[in-house]
Amino acid sequence: MLKIVDSAVPVACWSCSVARNASTLFCPNCSKIQPPATGDYFAVFGLQPRLNLDLDALEREFHRLSRRLHPDRFARASDSEKEWSLADTALLNDAYRTLKDPLKRTEYVLKLHGAEIGEEHSGNRQDPSRAPADLLEEVFELNMQLEEMRMARQMGDDDPEAAKSLSEAKQKFEGLLEEVDRDLRVQWTAWEEGGDAQRQAAQKQMVALLDRRRYLRNLVRDVTETLGA
Amino acid sequence: MPQAPVVGIDLGTTNSLVAYMEGDKPVVIPGVDGSNLVPSVVALDPIPANGGRPTVTVGNSARKSLIENPGRVIYSVKRLMGRGLEEVKNELRFFPFRLADDVEAGEVPRLQIGELRFTPPEISAYVLRQLKRNAERFFGVPVNQAVITVPAYFNDAQRQATKDAGRMAGLEVLRLVNEPTAASLAYGLDRAKEGTIAVYDLGGGTFDISILKLRDGIFEVQSTNGDTHLGGDDIDNLLLTIALDEIHAEHGVDLRAHPGAVQALRKAAIDAKVRLSGDQSAYFDIELPNGDRYQREIPRNVFEVMIEPILERTAGPCKQAIADAGLTPEQIDEVVLVGGSTRIPAVRQLVDRLFKLGERGKKPHTDLNPDEVVALGAAVQAGILADSSEKTRDLLLLDVTPLSLGIEALGGVVAKIIQRNSTIPASAVEYFTTGVDGQTNVAIHVVQGERELASDCRSLARFDLKGIPPMSAGLPRIEVKFLIDADGILQVTAREQRSGKEAQIEVKPTYGLTDEQVENMIIDSYDHAEEDFANRLLIEARNEADNILRAVEHAPQNPAWMQLTVEERSAIATARERLIEARQGTDVTAISQAVVALDQTTRRFAEMMMDAAVTTAIRGKTMDAAGNELDDKVTAPHPMAAAEFK
Repeated sequence: MLKIVDSAVPVACWSCSVARNASTLFCPNCSKIQPPATGDYFAVFGLQPRLNLDLDALEREFHRLSRRLHPDRFARASDSEKEWSLADTALLNDAYRTLKDPLKRTEYVLKLHGAEIGEEHSGNRQDPSRAPADLLEEVFELNMQLEEMRMARQMGDDDPEAAKSLSEAKQKFEGLLEEVDRDLRVQWTAWEEGGDAQRQAAQKQMVALLDRRRYLRNLVRDVTETLGA
Repeated sequence: MPQAPVVGIDLGTTNSLVAYMEGDKPVVIPGVDGSNLVPSVVALDPIPANGGRPTVTVGNSARKSLIENPGRVIYSVKRLMGRGLEEVKNELRFFPFRLADDVEAGEVPRLQIGELRFTPPEISAYVLRQLKRNAERFFGVPVNQAVITVPAYFNDAQRQATKDAGRMAGLEVLRLVNEPTAASLAYGLDRAKEGTIAVYDLGGGTFDISILKLRDGIFEVQSTNGDTHLGGDDIDNLLLTIALDEIHAEHGVDLRAHPGAVQALRKAAIDAKVRLSGDQSAYFDIELPNGDRYQREIPRNVFEVMIEPILERTAGPCKQAIADAGLTPEQIDEVVLVGGSTRIPAVRQLVDRLFKLGERGKKPHTDLNPDEVVALGAAVQAGILADSSEKTRDLLLLDVTPLSLGIEALGGVVAKIIQRNSTIPASAVEYFTTGVDGQTNVAIHVVQGERELASDCRSLARFDLKGIPPMSAGLPRIEVKFLIDADGILQVTAREQRSGKEAQIEVKPTYGLTDEQVENMIIDSYDHAEEDFANRLLIEARNEADNILRAVEHAPQNPAWMQLTVEERSAIATARERLIEARQGTDVTAISQAVVALDQTTRRFAEMMMDAAVTTAIRGKTMDAAGNELDDKVTAPHPMAAAEFK
């Protein structure tokens, strides 16, 4: 059974006073726009939190809601309606941006369920001691190569051999990234269809996979930057 | 009084236009001289001896002052909008105008024009007021609401400055629209297009690239990139610098000391540039003050080598935009060219290469006039907002923010809170707390940009959260909501959660005017008095008549007058008498028509005067001859370019 996050407490419409669900953006009675909803990103689309999403349907719904909510539709409306349209559209856009991206969606769902996801600190070079255990050796070697390449660049040297082996390493790590993505999708299904114990296990797995993915992605970015410099 | 439509305005670096939806079709509104383009040039006469306001002229007539009186004319002011002192100083190296001496760091820079000082938004406001007047003359009713376009890559300060300019001109700016997105609207209007398009917009001073997905009337921007300091101006400056250096080296004459001569040389450079889009070669032949001649042929292939580094600067943003959209060049179905500089064949070759068009049997779209397409798109967006046309009812633009928004964290590192290319409106919530017991305010530094260190990004504003109830350090929890609105401008609200108190926010914009300053800079407060509208139109028409009559009165003193044929002189005399007669009446249309008629008959004279006015007379082809070689639609995008003929 999925945990329902959105509120089902009815509130009154500002315009017609008819009770409505607090998570809807329009009054079901008079169709007037309402202040920003209290539910989560899924509730904006009228969905239950889930990981396997039909992205085409999500886009269609995003376009349908945009047509109704966008500030362009409220250029001549009252000031409060303008303000709600702006806030509602921002919420819709934030929700769509998060849900359409498989990684952001996974992180979001895990956070909704209380998981702690590692924060990204931009700019920090990779700390080899944080490398996933099975990759320690390769990461160590890659960092050596990167350092040599940077040194050579500073001296004005161009080492095609080093560049070639770096490119190969990059390909390898990109392959590992794809592997992580496949593993994540397997866990999605386990999380959605399994019992309580399986859900717990899947959640733990996903947190670890996201950590691994972040590490790999930064590594690939470093290599790309060094190669492109 | 009938309501005027919401107008769409393209406030360009070199030319500005105003357009509206005529039924289901966007149409440009011409100015009093019949021309669609209003050069973004503002001439400010000295304050009259008996006091009062200085006379301000905008557009083609201001252009004429550029050579005779370069110190009192401002052009390309868009390059200075929303910029800081140091940036403006650097920019002004190529301009004949100067900064006021008393400008301090942190203030909006002001330009010194004779005894007057103006901020860039005020100068833009004069251009906007001219467009507003053109529209009012056209409709016969006041025009108070507008959509204004800005380069997609404009930052928060540049957008705010544009909005301020609108307010100063007496316009309610209903929406700022990104120029490439506006262009896509004008293109997409007549075709039920689906697919992915790229808009490559190289204008006078700015470059934008936007990638959009079109589906069911929704124009969804996927990514945008650009350079707000790259355009045709850079090519002009390059040609100008080369010519100045060569003249100095070969003839020992430093023309840089003569602003009028520099402007004349600039005009020759622009003529050459425009000519090279059609011809294989262009020619400089200029008489120097010491009697020498500077003669130089520029073949197109040499020109292309010279400008390659400038054009190549558009390649990086294009590649980044394609990558940010998660696409490859082959996945772009169509490329639309916008901006006068896309007439240059080398630009088209570059676009072809970047998007692999030729090899896919495709060509870039150029069927709409690249000078007008942005204004037409702005009119479409105005139609969407006003819900005035059946055709626009189902259209919706979903645009993005071009730059990431971040806050300065410990150690000067940027914590990004809204990533670039996020669909706007977009929001982010951050929580702040105190570091010292009893602390009652917290400062937040907001920056825009992609770099890791705050000092490398563009400082946007410093927010001071005040009135936090005194508590132990780390206990307050201040929720700050950052919201980028549909204009791409940041709004911030804050709340202390434990006490539930709205925190007060004091905003110190790093570059920009305060509300109060904008209020004090509103020009022509009588613009709001609608009951005086008919009267105002009459006064304006008479002022226009007086301006041109005064100029014609002095004409016989100019040597160029003797070069006119007897017929031309008598035609001018007749047109002048008609205008004097019309001016005595109260028929605004009759006066305007007589002004246009006199303007037309004196046009050749005005151009000869411009040619003759400078010490460095430009020989060889006259502007007129150069203009004749071009396609009829071509209207060269610079204040010094030949006037548009209709």
